Amino acid sequence: MRYPFPVGKSDFIQGDEAIARAAILAGCRFYAGYPITPASEIFEAMALYMPLVDGVSIQMEDELASMAAIIGASWAGAKAMTATSGPGFSLMQENIGYAIMTETPVVVVDVQRGGPSTGQPTLGAQGDIMQAIWGTHGDHMLIVLSPSTVQEAFDFTVRAFNLAERYRTPVVLLTDAEIAHMRERVYIPNPDEIEVVERKLPANEEEAKLPFGDPHGDGVPPMPIFGRGYRTYVTGLTHDEYGRPKTVDAEIHERLIRRIFNKILSHKDEIISYEKFMLDDAEIAIISTGIVSRSGVRAVKILREKGIKAGLLKLNTIWPFDFDMIEELAEQVEKIYVPEMNLGQLYHLVKEGANGKAEVELIPKIGGEVHTPMEIVERVVG
Amino acid sequence: MYLKSAYDIRDKYLRKDMLPTIFCPGCGIGSALQYTLRAIDDLGLNPDEIVWVSGIGCSSRVPGFVNFDGLHTTHGRALAFATGIKLANPDLKIIAFMGDGDAAAIGGNHFIHAIRRNLDVTVILINNFTYGMTGGQVAPTALKGLRGTTAPYGQFENPFDIADLAVSAGANYVARWSVFNYLQGINSIKKALQKEGFTLVEFLSPCPISFGRRNRMKTAPELLRWYQKITVPLAKAKKMSPEELEGKIVIGEFVDRDRPGLVREYEAYKKRAKKMMGWEE
Repeated sequence: MRYPFPVGKSDFIQGDEAIARAAILAGCRFYAGYPITPASEIFEAMALYMPLVDGVSIQMEDELASMAAIIGASWAGAKAMTATSGPGFSLMQENIGYAIMTETPVVVVDVQRGGPSTGQPTLGAQGDIMQAIWGTHGDHMLIVLSPSTVQEAFDFTVRAFNLAERYRTPVVLLTDAEIAHMRERVYIPNPDEIEVVERKLPANEEEAKLPFGDPHGDGVPPMPIFGRGYRTYVTGLTHDEYGRPKTVDAEIHERLIRRIFNKILSHKDEIISYEKFMLDDAEIAIISTGIVSRSGVRAVKILREKGIKAGLLKLNTIWPFDFDMIEELAEQVEKIYVPEMNLGQLYHLVKEGANGKAEVELIPKIGGEVHTPMEIVERVVG
Repeated sequence: MYLKSAYDIRDKYLRKDMLPTIFCPGCGIGSALQYTLRAIDDLGLNPDEIVWVSGIGCSSRVPGFVNFDGLHTTHGRALAFATGIKLANPDLKIIAFMGDGDAAAIGGNHFIHAIRRNLDVTVILINNFTYGMTGGQVAPTALKGLRGTTAPYGQFENPFDIADLAVSAGANYVARWSVFNYLQGINSIKKALQKEGFTLVEFLSPCPISFGRRNRMKTAPELLRWYQKITVPLAKAKKMSPEELEGKIVIGEFVDRDRPGLVREYEAYKKRAKKMMGWEE
């Protein structure tokens, strides 16, 4: 297979470009999108590469259509992705809910920008954390990943596809405008260097008849692809294991929704990923995600130089959220600081996790700039 | 044309475990469905290669009753989902079963853009001038003066002529019939299924319960007589003045052309891309 970009070597590229290349190496062959700052470069790279790798890149009429198209493509057997920013992400929520309910593996990239509404198109923010987790209606569960470097934008995109296929679920890659537009050195691996997960297909007729059952006991039903003679009916209505609409049966609704929850929650140890930096003996913890983590690392170093035992917890997975791990950390430290580029979203999750075992303080920042390390240091030092 | 019995068609194509249908007495959706299945049967198409898509509403429940792959999606967005299915696997033939509100109101943008792209899909559009499933609210196809629960004093907006819209937007094949024109209906669907690009067969379809009841036509026969009164065949309409056509709906075959479909265009685009990059001669 020939790739339209160099593989097996490093390149100096933007986060958006890294996401596009990673998607192609992860097997993505269908991209549908609608232009929006600061995510457009993902689309532009996909538009350039997709026809060359016999994939599809199509500019839809809006974000609702983009999200719909990738779900359709996924049922036709393709690994599929779309990318957008906050306002477009809001429009996608309807069909993200549909993807959750129909257990369709898709990857949605949200490059966050200042909001609400059209807000600050060219400036960064982390205002979509709650939207990524809770944007669509109803009881639902999905996976949200957050990179903090261009290399991670690449790596997490591959992981996003793998998780989507493994758990038959939409995965959101929630990233920052700074990472999207920043150029960094990124290692683009050879295809044989990366693990690529393929979706589980029905092993026999029996499994194919239960596209929403649980034949393997892991909560993830094999996915019968359209056109292979399985005659699968897929609906966003509450449905039984066969896919038949059952909209007024409480038991069936509960069984379906609980399975959709549990197939992710029961594997959360495999899904949740974080990095600890100088946390072992820390008395002060900084918890952050995305671009702010980079200021956080520097802040920890400065605090250590000042003799303050600080450490950083960088969340690579935002959802599902490891509340227990946060509680353990809260038992260890005296205080937790949450710097984030909003007026408090991750803060609420951390506070719930800390469960009163440590004081949790928000360090908010809005307007389009990342916290400087000193801004974090000054808040800690007081 | 020799017609198989309706039982044969039912036994061959419907999912027994999904019956009975949700449709009300006098509803026309079953007829349009039967015509579609008869067209598939007559053409000898392989059901494994056909995917049904739909949005939301009464007509959108059809893919659940037929034994094919089917995607029952969100309101108005069937054609956006269809775009993904078709481009990801061009070997699949796609039938979109839609309602008038679904296609022309909430899905209006997807509808015109799917046609603009000439997406390879056959749309069977059930036009009953109303939102049947939600209880008879007025639809964007409702002729002026018709009543719905959200226009209790009679529709005051101008209606969309869906077939007209589809022709203007660039569809390859557009026909409109009432569900009582069964032979024309079946023949139109057969034509539509054999063409590449966007094809549309619109059916004026009775909805006695949600629509007729509020417009002094409580039964299907009353609606049949009303359709006879308001529909005008295309050839006759050409000789009529705009004043004479006021409040009438033209039926017939509006366009039949062979512009390249989206799949063919994209295949050519891929070739062009590889050539421009020097990957292929």
